[in-house]
Amino acid sequence: MRARVEVMLKDGVLDPQGEAVAHALGALGFDGVGGVRQGKLIELDLDAADRETAETQARDMCEALLANTVIETYRVEIVE
Amino acid sequence: MRAAVLVFPGSNCDRDLAIAFRRAGFEAEMVWHKETALPEGTDVVGVPGGFSYGDYLRCGAIAARAPIMAALAEHVKKGGYAIGICNGFQVLTEAGLLPGILVRNAGIKFVCKPTPLVVASTDSAFTEVYGAGEALTFPVAHHDGNYTADEATLDRLEGDGRVAFRYSEDINGSARGMAGILSENRRVLGLMPHPERAADPELGGEDGARVFAGLAGAFATV
Repeated sequence: MRARVEVMLKDGVLDPQGEAVAHALGALGFDGVGGVRQGKLIELDLDAADRETAETQARDMCEALLANTVIETYRVEIVE
Repeated sequence: MRAAVLVFPGSNCDRDLAIAFRRAGFEAEMVWHKETALPEGTDVVGVPGGFSYGDYLRCGAIAARAPIMAALAEHVKKGGYAIGICNGFQVLTEAGLLPGILVRNAGIKFVCKPTPLVVASTDSAFTEVYGAGEALTFPVAHHDGNYTADEATLDRLEGDGRVAFRYSEDINGSARGMAGILSENRRVLGLMPHPERAADPELGGEDGARVFAGLAGAFATV
């Protein structure tokens, strides 16, 4: 099973990297970029037998290590 | 008086920290992160600066889950002293031993310079030998030193006098200028500036040496 974990900063948490990217896009002439938020995409290859187990495992991994829920949110998707 | 300095792959302030402890009268021993117990009789644990695990995932995140960290958590739970400096502060927040988290500097750039601070609370072993509001200079060297926590946590830290040091000028966007914070029992200090790099008159001054002297004083009076 492959799980795809998306980790993003919570709304309201300053994302200076996203702001720098937004600024660079503006400098390249891309108008109308209202905002940029940069996050992480983590792919996990899991031995789990079924989707439900894989999703539970991935969520446990997010809580234990992959995300810091003080500032980040995560989303788990089982892709195959 | 025994200090244990934790060493992770990528720690680079561990020896400076051990020297600062020794100069204050501690015996200091380096403890590799794969150990599962602190040396017998450890009074203080130092979590040093550096780039543990290359800052992968989040600064301090992987170090915070290293085998030795369970022993540190137990030490802290029993009322033991600990100090985390720079990456060590990041490790302590990631381990949940101090509230909040350090995120990327608001100005994006790595900040590396002597930095003016003020002593915000003298109510801890680490800060009791300073004067309240005393102005100090410690070096800083970090990319992710922007202290962040929810408003309720920040209010609680301020209300309980758990802000040990504040920046005199905004260098990284830290909430309410917080440069160093204390645990609820005031025996765990985390700070981004480097007191161990201000502990020798020939290398950056001696403003920081008193953090370790104060800590030593806590044991002298026992």
